[in-house]
Amino acid sequence: MSLDHQTLVGFAKSWGLFYLMALAVGVLIYTFWPSNKKRFQDAKKSILDEDDKPWM
Amino acid sequence: MVAQLSKGERQLSVIVLLALALAGLAMAVAGRADPLGVHGIIVILFSAALIFVVLAQFNAPEPSPERLKDYYDDPSKVGIVLSMFWAVIGMALGVWVAALLAWPDLTIDAAWASFGRLRPAHTSAVIFGFGGNALIATSYHVMQRTSRARLPGQFSPWFVLIGYNLFCVVAAAGYFMGVTQSKEYAEPEWYADIWLTIVWIAYFVLYIRTLARRKEPHIYVANWYYLAFILVVAMLHIVNNLAVPVSLGHAKSYSAFSGVQDAMTQWWYGHNAVAFFLTAGFLGMMYYYLPKRAGRPIFSYRLSIISFWGITFMYMWAGSHHLHYTALPQWVQTLGMTFSLVLLVPSWASAGNALATLNGAWHKVRDDATLRFMMAAAVFYGLTTFEGSFLAIRPVNSLSHYTDWTIGHVHAGALGWVALITFGSIYAVVPWLWRRQAMYSARLVEWHFWLALSGTVIYVFAMWNSGIIQGLMWRTYNESGTLTYSFIESMVAMHPYYIARAFGGLLFLLGAIIGTYNVLMTITGHSKAVEEVGEDMPHRAGAAISAEPAE
Repeated sequence: MSLDHQTLVGFAKSWGLFYLMALAVGVLIYTFWPSNKKRFQDAKKSILDEDDKPWM
Repeated sequence: MVAQLSKGERQLSVIVLLALALAGLAMAVAGRADPLGVHGIIVILFSAALIFVVLAQFNAPEPSPERLKDYYDDPSKVGIVLSMFWAVIGMALGVWVAALLAWPDLTIDAAWASFGRLRPAHTSAVIFGFGGNALIATSYHVMQRTSRARLPGQFSPWFVLIGYNLFCVVAAAGYFMGVTQSKEYAEPEWYADIWLTIVWIAYFVLYIRTLARRKEPHIYVANWYYLAFILVVAMLHIVNNLAVPVSLGHAKSYSAFSGVQDAMTQWWYGHNAVAFFLTAGFLGMMYYYLPKRAGRPIFSYRLSIISFWGITFMYMWAGSHHLHYTALPQWVQTLGMTFSLVLLVPSWASAGNALATLNGAWHKVRDDATLRFMMAAAVFYGLTTFEGSFLAIRPVNSLSHYTDWTIGHVHAGALGWVALITFGSIYAVVPWLWRRQAMYSARLVEWHFWLALSGTVIYVFAMWNSGIIQGLMWRTYNESGTLTYSFIESMVAMHPYYIARAFGGLLFLLGAIIGTYNVLMTITGHSKAVEEVGEDMPHRAGAAISAEPAE
C-alpha cells in the first residue's frame, strides 16, 4: 500500500471519525462517572479559599 | 528582585546572559550588514543591560529561606507591567495603521512606516507582547495557587519571561527592517523561531514541574487550558516554522513546504494560534479569575471539562476554512467548515458557563467594573465564536473573505474577548500581587471599561458595514456581465468606515493608557491603594469596591 493522497483520505475519513467518536464517549464517561462527582465538586469550591500560601 | 535570587541562581543568570550575548555577537559577525547583524547587536545590548541589572545586586546577602513558604510572584509582577506596556505600544500602532487606511499620507514617506511593516508590528505587539505576557504572568499565578505549590525554581520563570520578551523585541525590530517570512502571525525569521522554541520548551517544563509538585491532588480546569495553550503552541510553532535559511549569515529562509501544503500548514498554525494562544490560555484566565472575583464557584465543572476536550480536539481541524475556494481539495475545505460549525457547541458551553456563574451575582457585575470586564468578555466570546462558525460556511465565506468583515470578526474576538478578559484579570490580580486593598482608582477602571466597550462596538460595527458593502460591491455584475464597480470605487465607499474604525481603536487605546496609569499608581502605592494588607489574599478586593456605588 503506497502512501498516496487516496490512502490518507481513506484513513482520515474512517479512523479519524472513529477516534473522535471514541474520544467523545471517553470524555463523557469520565465527566459523568459517579465517583468523580465529589472530586469535581471539591475542585470548583477549593479555588475560592482565601489562604494564599503553598501547602507544606 | 535580583536579591530574591539565591547566589547560585545569580551566577547562573550571568552565565546564561553571557552565552546569550555571545550568540548575539556571532549573529552580528555572521550577519554584518544583513538585518541578522542588526538583530545580533540588539541581542548583545539586551543581554548586556540585564547583566548590569544582575551584577548591581550580585553581592546582596543570600535571601531568607522563609521565602520558600510563599508563592513566587516576582516574575508575574514584571509580566503584568510588561503586558500593559506592550498593550499601549501595540494598540498605538493599531491606531496608526487604521489611520493609514483612512489617510494614506500618514506613512510619512519612510520605508519602516509603510503599512506592510507597521501591520505585523501591531499584530505581534498586541497578540504576543500584550496577550503573551499576560498569559505567562497569570499562568504562573494561577498554577501556583491551584497546585498549592511554589514554582520549582526561581531561575526558569525569569528565563521564560525575559526570553519571551527578547523574542518580541527581535520580532518587532525585524518588521521595521522589512524582515518577514510572510506567514501571518508567524512572521519572525528562523533564528527568532529557534530562540522561541527554546524558551517555549522551558515554559512547558516549568509548568510540568510545578504540577508535579502540587499538593492539591486534582488539577483544576484552568490549568488544563493553560497547559493546552503551552503544549499546542509548541507543536504549531515548530511545524509551521520548519524552514531552511539561505545561509547562516542571512535572515532570509525558505519554508520546508510549498504550494497548497504550505498554505494548509500555515492556516493549521494560524487558526490554532487563535484557538490555543488567543482562546485556550484566556479561557484558563476566565475559569480562575471570574469565579474568584465573583466569589462563586463555576456554574458547572463538568461542562468546563466537556468544553475543554471539545475545544482541544475540534479546533485542530478547523484551519482549512481559511482556504475556501483555493487549490486545497474540496473535501478538506468541507472538513474545516464542518468542524468550525461543531465548534460552536464547546465555545458556547464555555461562554454560557461563565455567564451562568454570574447568575445570582448581577449586583456585583453592576457595581464592580473588574467583574464587568470579565462578563463582557464572555459575551463577546459567545458572539465571536458564533460569527466565526457562520463565516466558515463556504457560501458565506464567498461574501466575507478578503473583506473587512474578517477584520471586524478578528477584532470582536481580540478586543471584545481577549483584551477584556485580560484587563479584567489584571485588575483582579494587581491588588492581590502587590497586596493592596484595591486598585488605585475604581473610577478609572470604570472609565477604562466604558472606553474599551464603546471602542470595540464602534470598531466592529464599522467593519461589519464596510465588509459587507465591500463584499457586495465586488460581486455585483451589470447587464453585460462585467463588474459594476471598479476596485477604487469600493475603496471610496470604505472611507467613512475607516475613519470610524480608527476612532473606535483610539478609544480602546485611551482605555489601555488609563489602565496602565491605574496599574502603575496601584503598584507605587498612591493614596487609596496604599493600605497594605496582611499575608493572605486581600479580602476579596471586589467587595471593597462594591461598597461604593459605581460612578
